[in-house]
Amino acid sequence: MKVITTEVLIIGAGLAGERAAIANAQAGLDVTMLSLVPPRRSHSAAAQGGMQASLGNSVKGKGDNPTVHWLDTVKGSDWGADQEVARIFADNAPIAMREMAHFGVPWNRVEGGPRDVYIKGKKETIVEDFDNEGLITARDFGGTAKWRTCYTADGTGHTVLYAMDNLAIQLDITIHDRMEALSLIHKDGVCMGAIVRCLRTGDIIAYMSKATAIATGGYGRLYGESTNAIINEGTGSWLALQTGKVPLANMEAVQFHPTGIVPTDILVTEGCRGDGGLLLDVDEYRFMPDYEPEKQELASRDVVSRRMKEHILKGKGVKSSYGEHLWLDLRHLGEKHLTTKLREVYDICMYFIGVNPITELIPVRPTQHYSMGGIRVNKDGHAYGMKGLFALGEVANWDMHGFNRLGGNSLAETVVAGMIVGEKMATYTKSAELIADVTLAEKFGKEQTDLITHLLENEGSENVYEIRDEIAELLKDHVHIFRTGENLEKAVNGLKDVLGRIKNVKVRTSAPGMNPELSQALRIEGMAKQAYIIAKGALLRTESRGAHTREDYPARDDKNWLNRTLATWAVGADEPEFNYEPVGQLDLPPGDRGYGGGQMIDMDLTVKEYNAKVDAEQTAFGKHPTIEPMGTRIPKEAWREESPYKDAK
Amino acid sequence: MARTLTFKIFRYNPTKDNDEPHIETYELEETPRLNIFTALHRIREKQAPDLMYDFVCRAGICGSCAMMINGRPTLACRTLTSDLTDTIELYPLPFFKLLGDLSVDTGVWFHDMAKRVESWVHTQKEFDPTALEERMDNDTANKIYNSERCIECGCCIAGCATAQVYPDFLGAAGLNRIGRFMFDPRDQRGEQEWFELVSTDVGVFGCIGMMACDDVCPKDLPLLEVFAYIRRKMNSGVKIAVKDLEVG
Repeated sequence: MKVITTEVLIIGAGLAGERAAIANAQAGLDVTMLSLVPPRRSHSAAAQGGMQASLGNSVKGKGDNPTVHWLDTVKGSDWGADQEVARIFADNAPIAMREMAHFGVPWNRVEGGPRDVYIKGKKETIVEDFDNEGLITARDFGGTAKWRTCYTADGTGHTVLYAMDNLAIQLDITIHDRMEALSLIHKDGVCMGAIVRCLRTGDIIAYMSKATAIATGGYGRLYGESTNAIINEGTGSWLALQTGKVPLANMEAVQFHPTGIVPTDILVTEGCRGDGGLLLDVDEYRFMPDYEPEKQELASRDVVSRRMKEHILKGKGVKSSYGEHLWLDLRHLGEKHLTTKLREVYDICMYFIGVNPITELIPVRPTQHYSMGGIRVNKDGHAYGMKGLFALGEVANWDMHGFNRLGGNSLAETVVAGMIVGEKMATYTKSAELIADVTLAEKFGKEQTDLITHLLENEGSENVYEIRDEIAELLKDHVHIFRTGENLEKAVNGLKDVLGRIKNVKVRTSAPGMNPELSQALRIEGMAKQAYIIAKGALLRTESRGAHTREDYPARDDKNWLNRTLATWAVGADEPEFNYEPVGQLDLPPGDRGYGGGQMIDMDLTVKEYNAKVDAEQTAFGKHPTIEPMGTRIPKEAWREESPYKDAK
Repeated sequence: MARTLTFKIFRYNPTKDNDEPHIETYELEETPRLNIFTALHRIREKQAPDLMYDFVCRAGICGSCAMMINGRPTLACRTLTSDLTDTIELYPLPFFKLLGDLSVDTGVWFHDMAKRVESWVHTQKEFDPTALEERMDNDTANKIYNSERCIECGCCIAGCATAQVYPDFLGAAGLNRIGRFMFDPRDQRGEQEWFELVSTDVGVFGCIGMMACDDVCPKDLPLLEVFAYIRRKMNSGVKIAVKDLEVG
């Protein structure tokens, strides 16, 4: 087996991975990035609408600051977020946007003077400040108090990823693309690299490193119907889970985006509604203001998706051969807007569903979009239970999103986490040793070659694609927007059955090289186990919080469930183990989000009592000490100076 | 009336001993709004488990899935079978290294191109995290974005007569990338540096003007205007303000 050594190994070369690689390279370390695909093909490129940062340059962003951004984020999370991490994020997002401008992102800029915009269904004229002309502008997004989402038309992920990859090329960072990590090399709770399969040749290679980061994106494709790229099959979170030591957190927290198009499930950005797009029903009636008078189409994604589903269940959906949907109306925005600021949306509608959004309504429905859950890490991005292992971006549960992520916060997270976690990782790596234990690598390598032999040569008759589809059906039917104990039991039992059949998966071709069916088969155990954790975690969580909605437990229960789910799966065990830790230190006490309605069961501890137990309980589940102590990045009760709290004083 | 489509697909696995390039034929029932992405998955999952091709976003954004469809380089994900004949011929893009069947190594070529044209903002300025961003007028930002929209699918290179003869030719994608940085006021490269980069026969003067790139570009990049801009700039040596140009 070929062995490659590097000081820092980054698995995944989307935005988070590349930014972390750059931070390590700039710290003078030898970095190697691995990627399933050429970096610029990563799913980061598909992000359209923008990145939230409280620059406050647009007139509709006046008065914005990191505290307001943080408040929106914590409320959006339904108090499931780690408030300190959300704070680190909100504080650094403006720096990250400016840095990306320095690296070459052609952000859209403020143009001084009047312009017409649509706000809550009405045409208005706003006047941009000439003093801010040429600074980075922003558009409106859901669940935010200010216009805060920085953008380049509707190709933001593309331009930021290209600028980032340009810098990675300039710094001559090693990239090995078409590589798939299959397992981590580890011993005594220390990660020493990864076993990797080359997707060009099929060769198995060991990469040995001082520190390893996983930045492979989400697990949306488990649902089959998803806006995600087809590579987002939870490969990175599976690397962590199969160690038996690293917990996956809040896997049941799955985001459904209001506007996946029907059919094909391709996303059209929240920027459509941010720029004034409206949701209509079968009667072409605008229903959102009835449910959400304040935020209307721009409540948080969990709320809008829930309301859409609710409205469809009332018989107001549009029937089609692809199931029921609603309409997104962009016609009033006009041709110029749709062919410039929403140009990718225009192209997607025209090419994929033959709809011209200038003159026609776009069929949309809530579609799986984002994985709030992932590899549990501390605020430095260091994985619980495994030294030298880091995770960042969508694959990680860092956890600034809690049970619902705001639009524009994940693309921004990739770059901010890349910056912060990248630096922490460099600090760790500089005092770490390279343990090139080739015997150990051979042992982990052999596990994978044995698995490949088994998949090719066993006598079973299970087809990997059918198993994949079965997993998707179970999640789609029973672990979707509205959940009940009865349905979740069905999913758990169904997935238990699937898990029992995984060993009978037989790959039909032994063709050398890429062997696409073998690639799928190597992922299937991880997909089934993660689906099981999603379903079981959703069954166990007897409350409704953010995107996790239990019809049989409609209240957000801060008394019993103001916590984070942690699932580990011991090597060889039949079942995962579930534990629960406090969400982190609270600064903003749990309260009403200001949209979405719903009931709440109050916490019976004081904030002080809650906070006193956080560090010890998290440490008990594997949290490593952080470089700075817990809580140092929270400016205590800064929120009291902001609306609506300021007005209430 | 549903059609039965016949797919004639180029097959060759270079990692397999004694394999020879050949065409295999598959039949598939057409369903409403069927695209080549879904069709190839159906063929692979039911008929040809070793069939190699590349898709990532399946939404026309990532640039992975370009291939020759009935003789024309284009994105497979957004090509509907209803726009095609009953028999559909699929070949890998020419020019790029073949990895197997319909999969080619565009990633490595584009990475190398980015190095050759030094695809980054050349500046002496250090980033100051405490300072406001440098101002830029929005029209300039839009013009940069119009060229930045290239998704590196490789269709322009596959369709380019010069590239087939001169493998070092930067092609439309390379020249467009150069244009993108020429437009960018943050990039401080001077006339001489640009001249050395593009004024050769692998650069802008290698183009023989057949403009197949412009015909096949799936993102409708303003290639004609970008090439004209680069040529004029190289010929005149005169600074042309980006704002004065009709680009995109």
